[in-house]
Amino acid sequence: MNVAGGIVFQVLQSVLVLLLAPLMLGWVNQCRAWLQNRSGAGIWQPYRVLHKLFHKDAVLAHNASPLFRATPYILFGCMWLAVGIVPVLATSLPFAPAADVIALVGLFALARVFVSLAGMDVGTSFGTLGARREMMIGFLAEPAMLMTLFTASLISHSTSLATIVETLGQREFVIYPSMAFAAIAFLMVLLAENARIPIDNPSTHLELTMIHEAMVLEYSARHLALIEWAASLKLTAYITIGIAIFVPWGIAQAGDWAALPVALAALLLKLLAAGAGLALLETLSAKMRIFRAPEFLGTAFLLATLGMLTHFLLER
Amino acid sequence: MNLPFYAQLINLCAALLLLLAFAMLTQRRILSLINLFALQGMVLVASTLVISYSTDQSHLYYSALLTFVLKVLLLPWILHRLIRALKVRWDVETVINIPATMLIGIVLVIFAFNLAAPISEIAGTVTKSTLGIATACILLAFLMMITRRKAVSQVIGFLAMENGLLFAATSATYGMPLVVELGIALDVLVGTLIFGVFFFHIRETFESLDIHHLEKLKER
Repeated sequence: MNVAGGIVFQVLQSVLVLLLAPLMLGWVNQCRAWLQNRSGAGIWQPYRVLHKLFHKDAVLAHNASPLFRATPYILFGCMWLAVGIVPVLATSLPFAPAADVIALVGLFALARVFVSLAGMDVGTSFGTLGARREMMIGFLAEPAMLMTLFTASLISHSTSLATIVETLGQREFVIYPSMAFAAIAFLMVLLAENARIPIDNPSTHLELTMIHEAMVLEYSARHLALIEWAASLKLTAYITIGIAIFVPWGIAQAGDWAALPVALAALLLKLLAAGAGLALLETLSAKMRIFRAPEFLGTAFLLATLGMLTHFLLER
Repeated sequence: MNLPFYAQLINLCAALLLLLAFAMLTQRRILSLINLFALQGMVLVASTLVISYSTDQSHLYYSALLTFVLKVLLLPWILHRLIRALKVRWDVETVINIPATMLIGIVLVIFAFNLAAPISEIAGTVTKSTLGIATACILLAFLMMITRRKAVSQVIGFLAMENGLLFAATSATYGMPLVVELGIALDVLVGTLIFGVFFFHIRETFESLDIHHLEKLKER
């Protein structure tokens, strides 16, 4: 593998995902609108929102600290780095050795800590409430996420996502029952971490039920735009981690130009399917009471643990 | 790990059975509980078919057919009719709360896996590794019977336990003789019918299906 090719692939992937992420959010929203018999705002709506927000003047609270200003950039940076590490288009990217799956979870945790601190920074009650809820969801979701990733790591004997993809995607097809458990657990964590419906409603206007939205109520203009963009990047990052672990077929090697069109087509198809599936899931389920969330995430942790146990029982 | 493809399929079915056992354990609604039970029966049928096809055990086809008719069609239908007649569509009440039940469940799974490990070592069948899962399913169904207050969900727990037993039998010894299986099937069917009649009596006497009331039946 030549270094230049790797760097080109890295830049290509990072920019592509950065531009695709709002589209992904738009696609999910559009699917939801169709399923709910609404006409919807179109899949380009997130870009319009971003455009609008970037052209507005930012308003800051008088007592906002530098942390409050810095958080959107840190959040955006974390999420962009995350999608650079995940093998979305190609494995063995130059960024990939920077972080394995555990460090990736740590990266998400870093973003979460900053958003929560920023939520509490201005001192409004809703921000504090949202931050507390977010931390509660986070500390329950993280172990489940790690257990899911450990199951995949046990199978491929590596915690590096690139190696996991190479092991699972590029050798002969084997059914791993433990991955069925891990997939369901991962899906539950994805819903919880990205503030999707059973845990949090992303389109709610009722402050008392908000989790993620409550923390960013005080943001406006370019800060809000960055946060929204980061949220769509996070959703895309989680979906692509899911793709990398559970349906890794078609991901190219860095520098392999011949495999690129296939990888791109496969990625788009998988993202389309994942978005439609997510919308379907969100339409079919109702938002839970916040006190049911520990039970939901406890189930996710349990399933991930079961996955590991079945791996030891069935696949050794 | 290079198992033949059918063994992988059987392992997948076993994992699904375990998943469904947990789903039933944590399910709050009776209606969904019955649907999950039917689904578990379906997975059992699939695994029996795969085992019979891969090992040329023709009597397992009959067993699969019997399971399909009884556990996927007949019993869920009877249970659906029952809960409609009894008008019990409310949430299931549990003795221990659901997260605690799940934790106990995972301890049971570890116990079952450890228990089955030495037996699996000496077994010669292709399905030997699924014995642990079958044991876990039985124990989980047992746990469900213990932790539920209402009679209907206890009966579903009983039926799920029978599913686990059948799976254990097929995975350990390629199934029981057909006569035994017919006998068990008939027992389960008759048992469910009798339970059905029994439900009505419990409700007439106590105006509730909570078996907690049965403790008052002592003679003085």
